[in-house]
Amino acid sequence: MILKFSKNSKTKIDEILERYPNKQAATLPVLFIAQREFGHLSREAMEAVAKILETSYAHVYGVATFYTLYNKKPVGKYHVQICGNLSCSIMGGENIQEYLKKKLKLNFGETTQDGKFTLSSVECLASCGTGPAMQINEAYYEKLTPEKVDEILNSLK
Amino acid sequence: METILTPNFNLPDSHTLPVYEKTGGYKTLHKLLKMRPDEVIEEVKKSGLRGRGGAGFGTGLKWSFVPKDPPGPRYLCVNADEGEPGTFKDRALLEKDPHRLIEGSVMCAYAIGAAVGYIYIRGEFDLPYRRIEAALQEAYQKGYLGKNILGSPFSFDLYTHQGAGAYICGEETALLNSIEGKRGEPRIKPPFPAISGLFGAPTVINNVETLSALPYIIEKGAEAYASIGTPKSTGTKLFSVSGPVKKPGVYEVPLGYPLRKFLDEYAGGLMEGKILKAVIPGGSSVPVLTAQEVEEVNLDYESLQEHGSMLGSGGMIVIPDDFCMVHALEILAHFYSHESCGQCSPCREGTAWIYKILKRLEKGQGTPEDLDLLIDISNGMAGQTICVLSDALAMPVKSFLAKFKNEFEEHISLGYCPHRASFRTSGAPTYLSSDQLLWSPRFQSL
Repeated sequence: MILKFSKNSKTKIDEILERYPNKQAATLPVLFIAQREFGHLSREAMEAVAKILETSYAHVYGVATFYTLYNKKPVGKYHVQICGNLSCSIMGGENIQEYLKKKLKLNFGETTQDGKFTLSSVECLASCGTGPAMQINEAYYEKLTPEKVDEILNSLK
Repeated sequence: METILTPNFNLPDSHTLPVYEKTGGYKTLHKLLKMRPDEVIEEVKKSGLRGRGGAGFGTGLKWSFVPKDPPGPRYLCVNADEGEPGTFKDRALLEKDPHRLIEGSVMCAYAIGAAVGYIYIRGEFDLPYRRIEAALQEAYQKGYLGKNILGSPFSFDLYTHQGAGAYICGEETALLNSIEGKRGEPRIKPPFPAISGLFGAPTVINNVETLSALPYIIEKGAEAYASIGTPKSTGTKLFSVSGPVKKPGVYEVPLGYPLRKFLDEYAGGLMEGKILKAVIPGGSSVPVLTAQEVEEVNLDYESLQEHGSMLGSGGMIVIPDDFCMVHALEILAHFYSHESCGQCSPCREGTAWIYKILKRLEKGQGTPEDLDLLIDISNGMAGQTICVLSDALAMPVKSFLAKFKNEFEEHISLGYCPHRASFRTSGAPTYLSSDQLLWSPRFQSL
């Protein structure tokens, strides 16, 4: 299957290309656009990126697999990313990690059957002073307690 | 104390242009544009400003390496890829005062002759990204960026470039590759970026905090800046403090400030019932300080170096005595192993071996030989690789083992972690659960 960028995405890509002296430099931002448009970076999505940037699939694949924010597999509607680094752990982050695993009945890297939640353990989010912290999609949630985790997850429809 | 980086932090809407302008923002650009670029470099050299991303290299000196009349373009890259565990100061600057960074960036670009700049901002940062994007738009509209800034012949375009979750891209040559659309693998130096950097052109890469100090230096002069701090560590620095202190947060202090006093007066001391065991003073990669050393050391480049540590990024992690040092190091080893780009074998293999050994030590399955092995591997990692990510794990390993060897030995002799059961069930401090979800009271302690 050949994936094509929407008109809207194409306009955005054209805008971004003006910032750089060559097309390949836009690989990172265009991968983000592809991820938003196609859900995750399948082989077809990466081929679409390669085509529009006039570069090779191998280059795009190499870049996409280097960076953790590019999802090579489908993720749930809500991607729950809990920090497992030192400052958060000192403030009880490991309890929150365990709590999330139990509550969502997931191990790290897994997605609920209904496709609603994916749970991941991530590195430092620069929320050390307000840990334990997690990021769900783009939003940060900080100073977590089990009660607060309940409240947050219940608010996500 | 006079603040240089954070005077607007407590003002409502401090991230917007009207507030920045009302407090004198962008006025100094008129002065800047009347100076010659080499005068600006000279002024910054005289101020003694040093890179605030961690390395502490002289900012003016770094700029002076850029060729004056190269045939092609020159670039400025703003390093906003803050990811060193324990560090969250640039996030505060981006969220609370993005215009100060933009004004500082214009100043640097003018001095080095760059017509284009990129703000490399870590991909996880959503609010900081939206704030800086909005600020860029405001600055363009008012003519502080773009063609013929304030009617002068100087033009400068500044764009954001979002990272995608790789810590290594904070290393300046990895950052360049990442802007070029490549894997974030550090480059062999020389050539240094000042000669051959972004797209092969002369490039300066400066940290957010470094650039944010420039409006003050150009406005008030190098001498005013250099009169703050110590003779070799001039000016102020942001410290982000985390761990069980009463007021974690980001604070601006003059360099040379005593660490103990900082912890008591700014961070509010330790939470009730917590006893200080150790402090990692400058981000997770710098050697750890014992509670005794905390009493003796001052927050400047020289004092920390004399005590065998580093100022680094100013990301301070406070470790209480009920938290296991073996586990702390295991967490750091996991981080560096995960973030190694994999180019150099000593780093790719070494970080993974160290993590593996620490994992078994923490489980109580280690042997006395493991401790020698950790040192041996660390010696093989330090100074052997393209960039310093490898050293960034070797340094904590060696310092943890030198200063807290008893805890490692205890795990071996007991066959289990003495902290594990007690800390995990009762030791973790809890916040009031009535707090609303964050976004509002962050950095409230500022």
